[in-house]
Amino acid sequence: MVDFRRDSARMLAALTRLLGLHNLALAEDVVQDVLVRAVELWKFHPPPDDPTAWLMHAARNRAIDLIRAERTRLRFAPDLVLQSEWTLSPTVNAIFHESEIEDDQLRMMFSCCPPNLPPQSQLALVLKLLCGFGNAEIAAALLVSEAAVEKQIARGKRTLMRAGVLHEVAGREQIAKRLESVQRALYLLFSEGYHGSREPVRAGLCGEAMRLCALLAQHPACASPRTLALMALMCFHAARLPGRAAEDGSLLLLEDQDRSRWDPELIQRGFALAERSAEGNELSEYHLEAGIAAEHCAASSLRETNWARILQLYEVLVALRPSPVVALNRAIALGELRGPEDGLRALEHLADRERLAGYPFLPAAQGRFHLKAGRPARAAEFFGRALALARNPSEAKLFEARLREAHSAGPAAPTSIG
Amino acid sequence: MANFLYVFRGGENVGASPQQMQQHMQKWADWIQQLSKTGNFKAGDPLEAEGKVIKGRKKVVTDGPYAEAKDLVGGYLLISAKNLDEAVELSRGCPIFDSDGSVEVRPIRQM
Repeated sequence: MVDFRRDSARMLAALTRLLGLHNLALAEDVVQDVLVRAVELWKFHPPPDDPTAWLMHAARNRAIDLIRAERTRLRFAPDLVLQSEWTLSPTVNAIFHESEIEDDQLRMMFSCCPPNLPPQSQLALVLKLLCGFGNAEIAAALLVSEAAVEKQIARGKRTLMRAGVLHEVAGREQIAKRLESVQRALYLLFSEGYHGSREPVRAGLCGEAMRLCALLAQHPACASPRTLALMALMCFHAARLPGRAAEDGSLLLLEDQDRSRWDPELIQRGFALAERSAEGNELSEYHLEAGIAAEHCAASSLRETNWARILQLYEVLVALRPSPVVALNRAIALGELRGPEDGLRALEHLADRERLAGYPFLPAAQGRFHLKAGRPARAAEFFGRALALARNPSEAKLFEARLREAHSAGPAAPTSIG
Repeated sequence: MANFLYVFRGGENVGASPQQMQQHMQKWADWIQQLSKTGNFKAGDPLEAEGKVIKGRKKVVTDGPYAEAKDLVGGYLLISAKNLDEAVELSRGCPIFDSDGSVEVRPIRQM
């Protein structure tokens, strides 16, 4: 199957390794040339059975020609012997070897996440250099303007080119220093995709994040318990993606999802990874989030969910990584466990409540607990507030449905609490 | 049925992302497959950008064709159609128009 996006990222990783990170722009030109040639040919004739191999071979040949022509003028990767004809071909061939390309993608991943770059720029770079996205596609994926993406990419590339060589993925300390920012970037990439699953571009981000995280998890030195927990977390969430949107594109919350649509294979993979991530004594936010997601995946219904365990995990998460959204979810779990009145009290006493002022899921949670407590009129009020804060059509549809539900529950008749 | 030559000029996708390039390529492949299905397609190839021009009594060889990128012939297609009108009609499906290129339709002279 032809996959220009993926193959362009693979070619770029190998070429950058070969030509040096300071020649990133040159490496990008080579990739562009190879793709243009492939397009010209495959417009008229069907692509070969293994288009990836064709592209890699073409990139390899262009690299050899380029090095031959420019080696007296340009400086390439300083640690590779490219000066003599004897070593040129074998060296280039070795770089274009399958397993070597995977390592190069890891190096590129580490290079894209220097601590002095803001996370949003790291994401843009990862999408550009490791996922083969164009600027317009990055803008659509991250919900920012194309001009902003262009700026981030240009600045990010300058930082990378100044580094000169790809970040080495060797040496425990060297890896440890940057692994956390790489994990963070992949986590953010996945979240971006997950929370916009309505649009195919954004759901595609989840797949990209998982592909890159799998590369991390395959590498012995990068497969730390945190990495495995992150991968487990992605599997659990991705397993639930097919159930997250209704036919009409509206967002479905956990309670309304058809659990038979969840992907059992991904859930199983998630559990296997979670088990491996428990080796050692590290407990990260990814372990906790994976633990919470695992409980949801293991439950046959919302009612059967182990809320006591989930609440416990949220308590630790709030202490480890305090954030308003985590606190909100903790309050919801508490309400599920102890009843709507306790849930409402917890929601009213959220720390940093003002930071959730524009977040529709706070009033939505309040509305839901009021509805459960038999106060549909109050509930409707809160669902109305949530609707006013909806950030996209699928959220709006969800809150409209809630609002209708509250109205039809009638003004006075209290429903059973459960 | 008569034969016609499509001559393609320009239509390069400058600055396109890998995904856009792949989509553009797919449109061409679909169009040509459609022409094959209807029995109109006979042959076709892309042309390299470089070449030689041989000219004059002395047959002087120069590097060519030296055209501007937009005038450069990038490929050709040989098709069969009932008449020039149909050949023109069929050419309208060509994706080259999405990227500002042109198709020249030339009847092949019959013996």
